[in-house]
Amino acid sequence: MKILLVAEYRDGKLLGTNSELINFATQLGSESSMFLVGSDGSLPNYAGNLYLADAGQAGEFNPSLHKQLILDVIEKEQPQMVVLAHSSYGWDLAPRIALALKAAQISEVVEIKDGNLVVPSCNAKLRREVKATTALSVVTLQGGAFTPAEDPSGTPEVIKLEAAAGSDIQFGGYEEAEAGGVDLSKAEIIVSAGRGIGKPENLEIIENLAKALKGEYGASRPVVDAEWADQSRQVGTTGQTVTPKLYVACGISGAIQHLAGMKKSEFVLAINTDKDAPIGEVADVLAVADLKQLVPVLTEKLNAL
Amino acid sequence: MKILVCIKQVPDMESKFKVNAAGNWYEETDLAWRMNEYDEYAVEQAVQLKQQVGDADLTVLCVGSDRVKETMKKALAMGCDRGAHIADDESHLKDPYAIASLIVSYAKDKGFDLIFTGMQSQDRGSGQVGVLVAEMLGIPSLTTLVEFSFADGTINAKRELEGGIKAKVSCATPALVTCQLGLNTPRYPTLPNIMKAKKKELISTPAAELNPEASLLQVLQVAPPEKKGGGLVLEGDPADLADQLIQILKEKTTALA
Ligand SMILES: Cc1cc2nc3c(=O)[nH]c(=O)nc-3n(C[C@H](O)[C@H](O)[C@H](O)COP(=O)(O)OP(=O)(O)OC[C@H]3O[C@@H](n4cnc5c(N)ncnc54)[C@H](O)[C@@H]3O)c2cc1C
Ligand SMILES: Nc1ncnc2c1ncn2[C@@H]1O[C@H](COP(=O)(O)O)[C@@H](O)[C@H]1O
Repeated sequence: MKILLVAEYRDGKLLGTNSELINFATQLGSESSMFLVGSDGSLPNYAGNLYLADAGQAGEFNPSLHKQLILDVIEKEQPQMVVLAHSSYGWDLAPRIALALKAAQISEVVEIKDGNLVVPSCNAKLRREVKATTALSVVTLQGGAFTPAEDPSGTPEVIKLEAAAGSDIQFGGYEEAEAGGVDLSKAEIIVSAGRGIGKPENLEIIENLAKALKGEYGASRPVVDAEWADQSRQVGTTGQTVTPKLYVACGISGAIQHLAGMKKSEFVLAINTDKDAPIGEVADVLAVADLKQLVPVLTEKLNAL
Repeated sequence: MKILVCIKQVPDMESKFKVNAAGNWYEETDLAWRMNEYDEYAVEQAVQLKQQVGDADLTVLCVGSDRVKETMKKALAMGCDRGAHIADDESHLKDPYAIASLIVSYAKDKGFDLIFTGMQSQDRGSGQVGVLVAEMLGIPSLTTLVEFSFADGTINAKRELEGGIKAKVSCATPALVTCQLGLNTPRYPTLPNIMKAKKKELISTPAAELNPEASLLQVLQVAPPEKKGGGLVLEGDPADLADQLIQILKEKTTALA
């Protein structure tokens, strides 16, 4: 099989997901080539053909143009699969390519099983093994699912692409995450509140446990979106990545975007009423309990030590 | 201005999921159903836009069995004007391409200026239907929005990227946007609005009348994940649990040192 990898580049830099694409190709045992809108000043480590359009010319974010460039490469290379990261760039671009060629799209692949692809459903409580019925398929990979043990090596054979200008979307640049607030990335102990706290008043229960453990408190996204906690406290792909010695997840289901931000914690304690919550997959201990009952008792006992 | 918002009904993710007899999806009995979380933001943004422009007609569309009408009524109570139900008992077996083509076959000659969808559905999580609809209609689409504004036929928005970074984007209508969590604060329908919603138009059209296209994806198997984690699971009385947890923290971590 021949596959085309669509690499990512943002704000003048190559993104780390590119090595996952290469590893996926290796795991499938396929021949690959790569497409990138980037710069010849920063080429990925990759031993293969790299179709390169200049980001200065094509624009870093210009989906209709990137789609057209990719379609031209597909025409030339005739791959059976086009692979992107399941990222803000990839999930935006993939359906555009898929529809143009009436190809089946398989989103957020986590595993290759007997040559078929496995995707999660229902917050990872189920897994589906799927297969494209079309000759060409477009695939996006879940972040972290195909991280290679070693970084890829090699120098690509660059084939330059000319990009015509024009777009139906105007891209006006990036806005950095707001600075300030707490820096959870350095915290050794973090107690995080999830939607399971139920109401903003209950955040205090979590803060008190954090204090008793001499740590910081963090939060999952819904708690931040509801403005119960400051943005700087959000753990996950669109928040902080943390690596504490102890991470206590209270009322957090363990969605992949949350896990991505905390799974490197040394020890994970989860407190959740749902025994099947996916947080159990990364937890060293899962206490099946109502946090409103357990957390105050635990805090009191810790304070009495 | 004509606005369309597409919503999906999904089970509560805290449910216990069982694989159905055919082995191709989950068992639909004994589940609590709700509006896909991402779509609540889509409905809210559509309703806010309608209030902003005043002269607007807002349709909510959902593909699914009769059961989904309950969720459509919530969208009507939130402020949508009319409901377009595409009746399809097999919708759970259709892939995003097939769902998108049904939506397009309904929407294509209706002249919608703006279409809102969620960025992904919670049960399927493909993140495809919105962009596919836009591409089929040949209109621009902006995805993963966390900020949205509209003036003089132009959408100004911010897309969310990884690590809390945002991209500023804009495009002219007609267009489609996909909504990310936190885009706004979805309203709770009030009792008077729930009553009013009961009188709003909610028309069902059988999917078969919309020239449905076949799925491009085939589901081979659905199964719960193998338990790899193998962490310790503790249950019991809070005081006992607390004692056990303290013991574990003392033995396995340096947190209490
Ligand atoms: C592109 C993208 C980026 C994202 N980025 C992030 C991110 O950076 N960080 C992030 O966190 N999420 C992120 N999300 C959202 C993520 O997918 C989930 O929606 C979110 O993590 C869910 O938060 P939660 O676990 O607190 O809530 P839920 O999933 O609603 O889970 C609540 C949990 O609380 C439990 N519970 C309920 N009541 C109690 C009780 N009384 N006691 C104990 N347990 C209880 C329930 O069993 C459940 O497991 C992102 C999503 C997308 C699409
Ligand atoms: N059955 C459906 N009926 C109406 N809209 C849907 C349906 N399925 C998906 N959508 C819309 O498409 C978005 C993305 O869904 P998905 O591609 O399944 O992740 C959802 O947030 C909805 O707005």
